[in-house]
Amino acid sequence: MFNKVLIANRGEIAARIIRTCKRMNIKTVAVYSEADKESPYVSMADESFLIGKPKVNESYLNIEKILQAAKESGAEAIHPGYGLLSENADFARRTETEGITFIGPGADIIAKMGDKIAARAEMKKAGVPIIPGTESAVDSPESAKERAAEFGYPVMLKAAAGGGGIGMQAVYTDEELEKAFEGNSKRAQAFFGDGQMFIEKLIEDPRHIEIQVLADKYGNAVHLFERECSIQRRHQKVVEEAPSPVLSEVTREKMGLSALKAVESLGYANAGTIEFLVDDHENFYFLEMNTRLQVEHPVTEQITGIDLVEQQLRVASGERLSLSQNDLIIDGHAIEVRIYAEDPRTFFPSPGKLTNMELPEGPGVRHELAVNGESQVTPFYDPMIAKLVIHGENRTDAIERLTTALQEYKIEGIKCNLTMLEQVVSHEKFKQGETKTSFIENYYLPTLTKQ
Amino acid sequence: MTEIKASMAGSVWKLVASKGEQVNDGQDIAILESMKMEIPIPAETSGTVKELKVSEGDFVNEGDVIAIIE
Repeated sequence: MFNKVLIANRGEIAARIIRTCKRMNIKTVAVYSEADKESPYVSMADESFLIGKPKVNESYLNIEKILQAAKESGAEAIHPGYGLLSENADFARRTETEGITFIGPGADIIAKMGDKIAARAEMKKAGVPIIPGTESAVDSPESAKERAAEFGYPVMLKAAAGGGGIGMQAVYTDEELEKAFEGNSKRAQAFFGDGQMFIEKLIEDPRHIEIQVLADKYGNAVHLFERECSIQRRHQKVVEEAPSPVLSEVTREKMGLSALKAVESLGYANAGTIEFLVDDHENFYFLEMNTRLQVEHPVTEQITGIDLVEQQLRVASGERLSLSQNDLIIDGHAIEVRIYAEDPRTFFPSPGKLTNMELPEGPGVRHELAVNGESQVTPFYDPMIAKLVIHGENRTDAIERLTTALQEYKIEGIKCNLTMLEQVVSHEKFKQGETKTSFIENYYLPTLTKQ
Repeated sequence: MTEIKASMAGSVWKLVASKGEQVNDGQDIAILESMKMEIPIPAETSGTVKELKVSEGDFVNEGDVIAIIE
């Protein structure tokens, strides 16, 4: 096992990784920008390095600065967390070149799964169901229209290099497609330096269900069941739960096996997640693979009792997976809500000074925090400031505990989405498991206009 | 005269309109950036941009005046 690990991330995920390292007697190194000097995770680490100015490209995306901190501190491995450099193949490659272990899969796999077109081709080869769509980029609005006619409207237009909903649009007619093609291609070019677009059949009103996998370097792999993360705003997840409120045992099994096929075909090692879109008939289609730990990983940890960060560290250090599929069972139900510093009506970010924070406590309540009671929430990073994770005996129990916890949760000084979360989880349709990707639009936004 | 105000706190990423420019209702005046999100600030009326109260890179709070349209 490693003696010292550098965490190339910030906020709640850095704090969460440090916690597991401490439990395993691994020394930790934090890196931070000028804006994060006072962040709780920095003082939690055994050592910390200032790596630059607040803007991410001058700090958390600065590969050289991070590697320099790793070398100076003598860290043997780097945990990239999620977001930032976690799916940057160059960073993984450079880390390994410096003789430091990158806690994640190989750079080539990251690169392949980060390219949506290559990822689709790979999954098709592995026998994982994919959404009908173009196998290569379409080069003009005209050829886009031809292909759309082939799949039938509605179709989804997607930037090959896109993420976070950028460069992505559902279109229902030729006219819409023509307009959207140019705009999204330009936007993708501006954001990602790659304007390539592809088209796929739109799965209407799907659920977003993903399978957590864990694999070692010797070809052993397990899946840790599903997480349902359908409730989203601005194409970003807000509420995640495990297991799914609706999936049948048969489909769960099938999806798990599909995910393992993907792992085997890729020769994947470490933790990863295969995301699927699932329609009303439980048909499931590969959406993308995240070659890293995910924001919502705690719900899986709560229902399986497995510490995913510990497992990541173990397999990265060369240990064999000590879990087998038969050992894994689902215990109860877990729900995570993401607490964002944002206006609960417009979802616009709301940076500022957090003046007071009161956290609910009780059995089955877990907190992941990027802030404490008097943190400055800066405009430089993602608005997520905390996660509340609830574990219950079953879904009804988890929802009841979550509702109480949200009522007791207090954040003062900045706007946040606590009221929105309360409304979502106490909604009758949520209780019924109607957790589709259209949930916010159908059941939350209408309650705002009524007020 | 109409004041165009920031709908969120953040930095001014881009000024799309310039002083003296004729703009239409709904046309973007500036784009604010905060927490990885870009929010366009549109003119709420047609008219001439009389004054731009901010420069690119400035930090603005919610409600701060971005521009004055006449």
